[in-house]
Amino acid sequence: MLDVAALELRYGAIRAVRDVSLTVGEGELVALLGANGAGKSSTLRAIAGAHKPASGTIRLNGEDVTNQSPERMVRKGVAMVPETRDVFPDLTIAENLRLGAFTRRSDEAGVEEDMGKMFRLFPILSERAEQAAGTLSGGEQQMLVIARALMSRPRLLLLDEPSLGLAPTIVGRIFDMIAELKGSGLTMLLVEQNAAKALAVADRAYVMRSGEIAAEGTAADIAAASDLKTLYLGD
Amino acid sequence: MTAYIQFLIDVLSLGGAYALMALGLVIVYGILRLVNFAYGELIMVTGYTMFLLGGSALPWIVMAAIGVFMAILAGIATDYVAFRPVRAKSVTAVLITSFAFSTLLQNAALLFISPRPRNVPLPDIFSETVHFAGIVTPARNLITIATAVILLAVFAWVMKRTVLGIAMRAAATHFTMARMLGVPANLIISTAFAISGFLAGIVSLFWIGRIGSVVPGIGLEPLLVAFIATVIGGMRSLQGAVLGGFLLAFIDTGLNYSLPQDLLKFRDAFTFSLVILILLWRPAGLMKGPASGQRT
Repeated sequence: MLDVAALELRYGAIRAVRDVSLTVGEGELVALLGANGAGKSSTLRAIAGAHKPASGTIRLNGEDVTNQSPERMVRKGVAMVPETRDVFPDLTIAENLRLGAFTRRSDEAGVEEDMGKMFRLFPILSERAEQAAGTLSGGEQQMLVIARALMSRPRLLLLDEPSLGLAPTIVGRIFDMIAELKGSGLTMLLVEQNAAKALAVADRAYVMRSGEIAAEGTAADIAAASDLKTLYLGD
Repeated sequence: MTAYIQFLIDVLSLGGAYALMALGLVIVYGILRLVNFAYGELIMVTGYTMFLLGGSALPWIVMAAIGVFMAILAGIATDYVAFRPVRAKSVTAVLITSFAFSTLLQNAALLFISPRPRNVPLPDIFSETVHFAGIVTPARNLITIATAVILLAVFAWVMKRTVLGIAMRAAATHFTMARMLGVPANLIISTAFAISGFLAGIVSLFWIGRIGSVVPGIGLEPLLVAFIATVIGGMRSLQGAVLGGFLLAFIDTGLNYSLPQDLLKFRDAFTFSLVILILLWRPAGLMKGPASGQRT
């Protein structure tokens, strides 16, 4: 479904990502692991169209989408759950969700139906639907951001460190959620630092180190590799 | 009592115009973090459109509608000419290009029309006065108040209840995130400029309605007023812009009423002193804008 080849990303003179190639098949959950600053989030942002690659190609279902704008990527079925949990703090929870369905705003009945679905999936959001999103706790904001991304009915969901900075019980619930989404057949690319949690739900995994892919394989293989620490941190 | 009502009508009518003007400036600023210095020329565009239509047999309301429509077009043109080509590259460049576009429009008016004031057709009702409860006030003031109330209510409804309005508020907080939800950047920015032009066009009808004529430099004062109102209000807050507009009108009108005759010509000095005091007290303006302030 997603095919990234020889991707290179730059921030000014700094090459943040070099020669990264990865694929995500239909219905697969692929984890992109690595230490802080390894280039995982940049790679994800490039796929979402928010960072223009210096070189390399990104293909979605065979179509070249390398230099597409973020809004175009959403129309092509790619939704992003950003690392920083970017809820719109001044908008209510219901408004945040409605905005997630911006690309299909003419389908009012469908949007209403999906809002109901999200509220059933995340009851806490339903209780506070008319509250400003900025008043939610970190875990609740993460749920809102995931729900908001799902409102566009994506075919590929990009998750950027959904467990970052959350309490362990909340992390557990977020990963249960991810497993459930995988069960429903949604294709996902998951960026995580929490390797154990990510490998428990993923089919395959890539490990990034200082801007390059250091290892790839099935989740079980990567989990079994005794040198995971080496892969993460280098020698 | 009548003096208070008279004062209130004056404040509300001036404040309504100021608030609409400030709103038109801040809606673009909120999203782009850039002041559109060609904003005053949108008022000029409506004025000259009215002047050019003046000889025709069209009813005034049709001329006014065409005038406002031209301001909307000029607003969108500002985006295409001054902002879009350089937006992503440099903030300073946009500052210059918006000044340049402003000068270009003014010089076009100088060159093709005239540096001298040109009369603008006004509806009869603008020159009528209304008498009630011992108060005498121009009907224009009451129409301004009614228009401001209606437009502010419609604006609030659009921003709160329509998906496009919600998207515009979201884009003002975090532009890139809004784009990652599928909100097209260009659509949002063009819409902001169109709303800006619409508000400027409406205000122009009343602004020029007071003076009765249009000159190429007519946009400077409204731009200044709108800019000061938004600075007082908080620069990034829509409510703040409205509040700032009414507050500035309150100060202006209050000084008009209270200053002795020979000090009246220094009114602006007093106004600006008060503005400085307000800003010393609340440097970020009266209202806080949306939480994150990233430049886009």
